[in-house]
Amino acid sequence: MEGMGRFIIRRLIGMVAVLFAISVMVFLIFNVIPNSDPAQRIGGKNADQALIDRINDEWGFNDPLPEQYVTMMKNVFTGDLVSYQNQRDVVDQIEKGIPVTFSLCIGAAILWMLTAIVFGYLSAIKAGQATDRALTILALIGISLPVFFLGEMLLYYVAFKLSLFPVGDYVKFTEDPLQWANHLILPWFTLAVLFIGFYSRLLRSNMLDVMDEDYVRTARAKGLPERQVRLKHVLRLSLIPIVTLFGLDFGAVIGGGAILTETVYNLPGVGQYAGQAVASLDLPPLIGVTLFGAFFIVLLNTLVDIVYAYLDPRIRLGTQAA
Amino acid sequence: MATEPWTPRMPPAEAAPAGEPPMPIGGDVEAIEGKSPWYLAYLRLRRNKIALAFGALFIVIVLFCLAAPLWSRLVADTGPNQNHLTDQIEIGGKKTFVVEPNGIPIGPGLHSKFLLGADDNGRDVMVRLMYGGRTSIYIGVMAAIITTIFAVAVGLLAGYYRGWVDGVLSRTMDLIWAFPVLLLGIALGTALSVGGLKIGPLEVPADSLWIPILIIGFVYVPYMARPIRGEVLSLREKEFVEAAVAQGKGPIRIMFTELLPNLVSTIIVFFTLNIANNMLLESALSFLGAGVKPPNASWGTMIADGEDRLVTAPFLTIIPGLMIVLTVLALNVFGDGLRDALNPKAKLRMEAN
Repeated sequence: MEGMGRFIIRRLIGMVAVLFAISVMVFLIFNVIPNSDPAQRIGGKNADQALIDRINDEWGFNDPLPEQYVTMMKNVFTGDLVSYQNQRDVVDQIEKGIPVTFSLCIGAAILWMLTAIVFGYLSAIKAGQATDRALTILALIGISLPVFFLGEMLLYYVAFKLSLFPVGDYVKFTEDPLQWANHLILPWFTLAVLFIGFYSRLLRSNMLDVMDEDYVRTARAKGLPERQVRLKHVLRLSLIPIVTLFGLDFGAVIGGGAILTETVYNLPGVGQYAGQAVASLDLPPLIGVTLFGAFFIVLLNTLVDIVYAYLDPRIRLGTQAA
Repeated sequence: MATEPWTPRMPPAEAAPAGEPPMPIGGDVEAIEGKSPWYLAYLRLRRNKIALAFGALFIVIVLFCLAAPLWSRLVADTGPNQNHLTDQIEIGGKKTFVVEPNGIPIGPGLHSKFLLGADDNGRDVMVRLMYGGRTSIYIGVMAAIITTIFAVAVGLLAGYYRGWVDGVLSRTMDLIWAFPVLLLGIALGTALSVGGLKIGPLEVPADSLWIPILIIGFVYVPYMARPIRGEVLSLREKEFVEAAVAQGKGPIRIMFTELLPNLVSTIIVFFTLNIANNMLLESALSFLGAGVKPPNASWGTMIADGEDRLVTAPFLTIIPGLMIVLTVLALNVFGDGLRDALNPKAKLRMEAN
């Protein structure tokens, strides 16, 4: 592959720079910008003087800022990032939550892509008709619903009143795959609704634009059935920007977008861990989740870029702005 | 639609480059000749009855919230944060507890006080809803103003100067972009909730509404700055900028008198949709406890307060939740209509073309 090696190296160097910048920004957010004693903040509401002294020592808050930054990063990566409120190791807790968060996010992502493609496709081929209008209204309602409100309404009406699904909680896939899915159906749907609304509208407008292209007219002119023109020529090209966007959004959802859904449905994932840390003003878990969440997103984006460069030589050879 | 004297059938996307007023085709040219683009936009907006109806709905909601002190003083006779835990009110000649001894609050009903019931602390939900709406809408609008100011500044500077200025600003925007909005919001919200914020002369106490306003305003800057920068980059190549340079106008004057007026329609659309997003983020932050601080009411904190009572008093969640949905939906639909009217080439359309 011509230029592939150079592209990967260039991209990886860029990634390291971004990761460094992100860690500096997290450091600034938690330790520099706020207007209060950092040890007090990190210790939490019930920190006594002894604990504050210990934190000052462990985090080196009396050192100059660059040294503080190095100390913080050392704490994070040697597993010394500990919540001073419940004495639990932050990295351990995040690792425990990862399977739950992945179960939730992957399921929701499949649901939102499939539904959005069907809705967007229907909306585009029926543009201006009743189906299109109904789907447009649904999509607008979808992007206007606060996730936690939708979750609570589903919990109340579908899970509690109608007893169709269990009220929250999580069952491990390895214990009982059926119960695992049964417990996750409402959360999957809740997390997916916003994206279904957004993606289906985007696909619709992409398809309407593509339908005017010359090659679509050519496909029709050479006598392809309309259905084949729509599926093989219009839909396929319209999906490219959607797939790009999907890469970004999927990373963002895993990296910190599932906080509300996990909190409402009591799913013990990374998001709920972050949500509980907010409620008790416990900063070390938030430092960990923010840092690793942003890291994950950058890693995933780099991976997506490399796959794209592999598929499309224009990107890796720099003839097109990537 | 066909009965109109001219039907603004939108030209295909590649027909007109950015910054030029759209030319309706296929209609009577004289009907639009000599009319300003703003007037044409107004005509297009006027035809979009759905968007207008939702715009009116938003105004009604704002008026409803502005009337909070009136309702509070004249009808409910209580403030938004006043507890009535042990009070009794008369309903149909019978004395009823505002909050039952078992902790279940009174529900909505046609009694002048507690029209929408009471919450766990015996606070009047109707009064709290109106005051909470003021908070939520205020935060949404103020944060949108902050986002707009920063995004326009970044977009103009990066797009006009290009080179290293663009490099630095764009990389900074990318960096903020790398964080999920909600995660960045709770990180800032929690970090600032102890001592507040102090940057130079700017000092904001921790329980001030300005903390969530500044946070929400900040996290959405890249989402608006990017498209504005793109538009400035293409406007900058236009002859009128060249003419302004030849006239000896300085960069600042060119940005404000030549470029900014061409960005106004984009800014208006983004501003409207931004308020909707801000209100959603505010409610999410407040729900988690990193936004508006209790006892102050916002629609997000009201839902958080009602969470524990979801089964016994679901109206505590449903009422503020529906208000958020209605307001955000109104802004989204109206903003969409604005976009269609101001920039018919825009990607997302409410009406079919």
